[in-house]
Amino acid sequence: MSTDVSQNLITISVDGKEIKAVPGELVIEAAEKAGVFIPRFCYHNRLPQVGMCRMCLVEVKGPRGFALQPSCYLPVSDGMEVITESDKVKKAQDGVLELLLINHPLDCPTCDKGGECPLQDQTLTYGPGESRFAEEKRHWEKPIAISDLVFLDRERCIQCDRCTRFADVIAGDALIEFIGRGDHTEINVFPDRPFSSYFSGNTVQICPVGALTASPYRFKARPWDLSQVESSCTTCSMGCRIMVQSSQNELTRYLGLDSDSINHGWLCDKGRFGFEAVNSSDRVTVPLIRKNGSFTETTWASALSLIASKVSSAKAAGDPNRIGFLLGSRLTNEDIYAWVKLAKGVVASDSVDCQLGDGLSGKVISVLPRATINQAASAKAILAFTGDIREEIPVLFLRLREAIKSGKTKLATIGTHASSLDQLSDVSVKVSPDQLQLLARELMQESSKFPDIASLFTTQGVASDGDGLVVLLGRENLAWDRSVAEAFAVELSRALPKAKFLITIRSSNFAGGVDLGAVPGLLPGRTPIEDASLKLRQKWVNLPGRAGYGAAEMLKSALRGEVDVLFLVGSDPRQDYVDSVLANSALDQVGFVVSVDTYLSQSSSMADLILPASSFAEKSGTTTNLEGRVLTLNQKVTPRGLSRPDWTIASEIALELGEDLGFTSAADVLDEIAEVSPLHWGLSWHRLTRSAALEGVVIPISPTSLSIRPNAMLDQVSTPGIASVWNQGLASSKTSFLENDSEGDIEQVAEAPSQATRGLGESIWPLAPIQLLGFMNLVYTPKLYSHGEHLKNSPHLSHLAVEAKCRISGRTANDLGFETGDSVRVADKAGGEGLFELEIDDSVRDGTVELTRGSFAISGFSPVRIGETVNYVKVERA
Amino acid sequence: MSTKIVTARVGVPDSYLLSTYLEHGGYSSLKKALAMTPEEVHAEVNASGMLGRGGAGFEAGRKWAMLKQDVVRYLVVNGDESEPSTFKDHLLVEQDPHQLVEGTLITAYAIGASRAFIYLRGEFALGLERVQAAINEAYAYGAVGRNIFGSGFSIDLVLQPGAGAYICGEETALIESLEGKRGFPRIKPPYFPAVIGLYGAPTIVNNVETMSNIPWIIANGGKSFAALGKGRSTGTRLFALSGDVLRPGNYELEMTSKTFRELIFDPEFGGGLRDGRSVKAVIPGGVSAPWIGPDNLDLPLGQDEVAQAGSMLGSGSIIVIDDHSCAVRAAWRITKFFNRESCGQCTPCREGSGWIEKIMHRIELGSATESDLDLVLDVCDNIAPGLTWPPQQTTICVLGPSIPSSVVSAIKMFRDEFMIHIKEEGCPFVH
Amino acid sequence: MSFFTPENLGKAQVLVGLYPDKRSALIPLCHLAQGQHGHLSNEAMVEIAELLGIQPAEVMGTASFYDMLHTEEVGKYLVGVCTNVACMLGGGLELLEHASDVLGIPPGATTDDGMFTLEEVECVAHCDKAPCAQVNYRYFGPLADSDFDRLVDDLRSDRLSETVPPHGVLSRVFRDAPAMVPLEIIHQERRDMDEAKKARLAAQNQDAGGKQ
Repeated sequence: MSTDVSQNLITISVDGKEIKAVPGELVIEAAEKAGVFIPRFCYHNRLPQVGMCRMCLVEVKGPRGFALQPSCYLPVSDGMEVITESDKVKKAQDGVLELLLINHPLDCPTCDKGGECPLQDQTLTYGPGESRFAEEKRHWEKPIAISDLVFLDRERCIQCDRCTRFADVIAGDALIEFIGRGDHTEINVFPDRPFSSYFSGNTVQICPVGALTASPYRFKARPWDLSQVESSCTTCSMGCRIMVQSSQNELTRYLGLDSDSINHGWLCDKGRFGFEAVNSSDRVTVPLIRKNGSFTETTWASALSLIASKVSSAKAAGDPNRIGFLLGSRLTNEDIYAWVKLAKGVVASDSVDCQLGDGLSGKVISVLPRATINQAASAKAILAFTGDIREEIPVLFLRLREAIKSGKTKLATIGTHASSLDQLSDVSVKVSPDQLQLLARELMQESSKFPDIASLFTTQGVASDGDGLVVLLGRENLAWDRSVAEAFAVELSRALPKAKFLITIRSSNFAGGVDLGAVPGLLPGRTPIEDASLKLRQKWVNLPGRAGYGAAEMLKSALRGEVDVLFLVGSDPRQDYVDSVLANSALDQVGFVVSVDTYLSQSSSMADLILPASSFAEKSGTTTNLEGRVLTLNQKVTPRGLSRPDWTIASEIALELGEDLGFTSAADVLDEIAEVSPLHWGLSWHRLTRSAALEGVVIPISPTSLSIRPNAMLDQVSTPGIASVWNQGLASSKTSFLENDSEGDIEQVAEAPSQATRGLGESIWPLAPIQLLGFMNLVYTPKLYSHGEHLKNSPHLSHLAVEAKCRISGRTANDLGFETGDSVRVADKAGGEGLFELEIDDSVRDGTVELTRGSFAISGFSPVRIGETVNYVKVERA
Repeated sequence: MSTKIVTARVGVPDSYLLSTYLEHGGYSSLKKALAMTPEEVHAEVNASGMLGRGGAGFEAGRKWAMLKQDVVRYLVVNGDESEPSTFKDHLLVEQDPHQLVEGTLITAYAIGASRAFIYLRGEFALGLERVQAAINEAYAYGAVGRNIFGSGFSIDLVLQPGAGAYICGEETALIESLEGKRGFPRIKPPYFPAVIGLYGAPTIVNNVETMSNIPWIIANGGKSFAALGKGRSTGTRLFALSGDVLRPGNYELEMTSKTFRELIFDPEFGGGLRDGRSVKAVIPGGVSAPWIGPDNLDLPLGQDEVAQAGSMLGSGSIIVIDDHSCAVRAAWRITKFFNRESCGQCTPCREGSGWIEKIMHRIELGSATESDLDLVLDVCDNIAPGLTWPPQQTTICVLGPSIPSSVVSAIKMFRDEFMIHIKEEGCPFVH
Repeated sequence: MSFFTPENLGKAQVLVGLYPDKRSALIPLCHLAQGQHGHLSNEAMVEIAELLGIQPAEVMGTASFYDMLHTEEVGKYLVGVCTNVACMLGGGLELLEHASDVLGIPPGATTDDGMFTLEEVECVAHCDKAPCAQVNYRYFGPLADSDFDRLVDDLRSDRLSETVPPHGVLSRVFRDAPAMVPLEIIHQERRDMDEAKKARLAAQNQDAGGKQ
């Protein structure tokens, strides 16, 4: 690809210097790559250009000599002559800045943007010394709240159209607009329709002045008091690259980094403002032990020795699988590895799971050919059988939306409920479980019962073996057992062996969990336990002898009193397990529950022992995003109280049990991972933190694996507040992940590990169509702001939590005689029931009930019962 | 008696009704055109040499030839007449809407448009009623809709009201407005309407007066049209005369046949000035144009003749300022207009127009200093570098560089008058 | 509850159907709403947004660009006095001052009885009748002070209700035409026309070649 482009390069001259440029690129971009920074305000590399601010005027030679032209709107052409530093250009820049400032308030000392403000910075560099404006400035009420999270100061606004363009073009939420005309133009929302976009924080990030500010950051810190490290967001599985900033050892702000492969600079608000959860005053900061029903502080030493004795005696009783481990989404790869090593290499228990009934089988994930995000965004076509991406993995939604809107790819969705992807899709098919297998088998066949999908894909050039197709596979409906989606995917992969899959499970680092053996039966590298390598056996001294339990089996065993010790490491099954009735009654029956947690969650507050864990940004390590990309996480602040990183806790427990896990730093853990897991070959902390590898690397690494220097480092004006001035003008580059490397010997690269297909067998679950009198189909899905510890502990987000509603269509409501606002009783098949307010929503299919996961907590009621392939509920008047 | 083309029926009772129009041979041109091939119709317009009557003065036939030949292409008639002191289209839409409709349909046929729109200035309430009534009558008459006059050619014609924004007279802003958006001009290149216009499809945007000439050209032949006038200025032109003259009004004149002086002083036309006052300045072609002085009154009213004198014929409006009127006040009022009508996209125009207006107002009110003259010229220079004519453009559309014209003209021609305002701390004229 | 009356909703649907992209109906719909309600209320903008499948903010963003679309209440008669250059030369600024005195309100304001809103307007293309004014976009001029007084008097006593409908009513003639010809039919016609044209040109070229 890169060679093709270089052959077509053209030459332009910038200030007398000849530079190479890619045909079609803009003068402002070509100049920047050649180290010539042209000032700008409205131009943003991730937005369509509008040419409005006129700051980027340069002289370009035309048929009538040199004339001023906007470099952000002018594509390069061969032989073009550009002057960026003439007196004429300088006068134009000076003039534009003077004009921008005539109505801009001089409140820099009290403005959050002061010190990182493109208007301030560019005025110093290119602007007039003094204003000649002697008249009265324009006045607006300042500032006004345009949403719960965003404030707008219209006096500071310079009408660059960045926020409005972002909201409309990128997010698809045209809730803010230019209002008025000429020099009375303001940005505003419609009355009583706040800017309640999941992506509103991005407008604050790209505002080139202090017009938009975010309530969680207002007046928190000055830019010169901030220090920062790069990291990756772990709020969901996307792995958006972020800059983590802090002041006085307290997190103050996350800013999105522009990564070509991942987030293009964007973040969702839940991720962006989630730093407040780290700062929460409700953190667990010391080990706590339950005595006589309440917690008292204890020491690490006595806590660890208590754990060791409970584990030892459980082990002595015979079956190590009675010691269970549920690992949560907080964990880094290093944490996961250490805990899995403790479980499977020391305790010899295979009862480890990193999902809570809301994911997909690790074995199925392992065998499906993986697609990257970029591959999905450039696929000939996409088939989505997944939860609502906008609710679950919001920035992936932005990437897909952009790809689809630009015509790069086309989408077909299948499922049970309306989702935001439907608005982007060309074909949207609603299916029942028994239709799925048929659909999978016949997808690309002319005789398909789903001719719309087949013809869309064929028109798009998807091959009959699935080449060119990317499948988004997630949990479209949690009321259907995961086996439904798994069977569909396996069947589809058989029918279309060249189709690739992007696993769209929300839970952060689920991919790291699967890759590192945090599922029953597997070891790091997705290796079945029975195939453990010699290298691994040397380090893992005590491998399980028998297959262990996944989360469901673990909880069911617990219910029977067959789990003696349960470790909840960042896992809150009482809140998060899909079948909350099972989770709650099961946990009550466990002999000894150890919770390693950051908060007093529903589960930890019922545990026997709580160990305080370090939170995000309090530890370094790596995480693996949904496409299998290993990304760095960096420490920014010191761990709260006596909390420790999860991997050290595993090490300490191992030591108490008489085994040394063998590492003293997260980097050591990563080294061992790279050593024992063929999938992780070539990874090291050093390689991942070199500047060219900042957006990580998709594993398995091959000699041709590329890393791309993120574009964010280029343009201070694109993302004010991140890059230092010296970073301006550095070109993005692709380098081999392994190159120029003192550590690695490339010769040693084994062939990429073949993905184990065995172990899957013929384990396709039967799909029994069930029709029970009076019961209706259930759709059970999460929303972005579903309840959870993260939301609860983020003050500016907590009030956004979704309300519990039972949604049915107008026609169904009519049949049942219900109206919006009615109080209804929803009853599950196992006899549990909950009270809900009814809402009529015509996006719900007739005969279907929709409930939002995490919007209610009613003991004794769980609309989803594990073990049911398809869950049904009854709705009655309360 | 000079030839009247577009105003032939003005003054006829009920000139706007279909029945009147038919009595005068209306829609025979459309029938004639439909019997010709589209390229023959186009050839007649080419032969006429007619320059667009909107303001830019580009040859209509050549504009049509630039239309990208995609299957979907549109015709949009620009009836957003808002250039100050231009009121010719206002007359045409109210008095002879069928002539406009017929010209539009002939053009739609010639260029193969899939749909035609007449975008009419929103403030023309009577015009909107008259044109809509004419369209309704034309549908009933079979002149528009499916299979017009049995010709096999079908087209729909839609009247679109504006809503009060000068900038929508700029063709790309008009297209945005017609798409239901804010009237933000688009950047050219790449958004030349003939290539990327309405809904992204190739689009011809023609002025009301241009369209109103088409039926005559088809009836009488392009050559007859070209026989009128001189050089590039063929046919007749509707001149809108206003300001300090005794008989302001619309006068249709054969192009180049009269001079400014004749138009202003001939008793048949302007009838001269009040009480033996003399001409101080004339603003030709709209308020974007540089002013001309009394020394240029003998220029013939032709496209190139006015251009050679350093101004433009533009929209065909002519404002006369006499020696009892204040040049500063006139220039200030024009900057106020531009400030109010700037769309707000480009910084220099949005912010500069307001600043210039404020300074000009201070000068007129007598609270300025001499350095303010340099300041206002420098701010003008930041919008149109060099203050040349035609201006250099640093903004998306030509509104920006139009702002300085009147300021620069007034200061250049009447610097003394400015100095009196400054020294005497007020306007010396009686208002 | 619909903002538009059933009759106007019918008109709204006709307007939406006139364009290949329905957003084009935005301004006509705003005029329709003003005609019904005198100004463009939030309720109306929400309904227009629904009809067009866009956000209310987008309707407001567009509407607020245009002087004639009033999101705040205005008087029954919107009196616009032109002070642009031709009218100014004829005494437009002085007429505006007089209007302000007579109505007792500054430009931009509405009389307490809700009868009049006064506006200073830019050129309304009535320059041969300078100084001129418009009332609900119906033109009057040239206006000496006494003419203006008489105009106000006539409006107050409803003597002009024939020519000047209440504010918001713009055109009283609605489209009366058969259903639009489906674009597919038109596009097929155009394809055929273009083919025929190409064939004619090819034939001409051949002729020209033959003659050589």
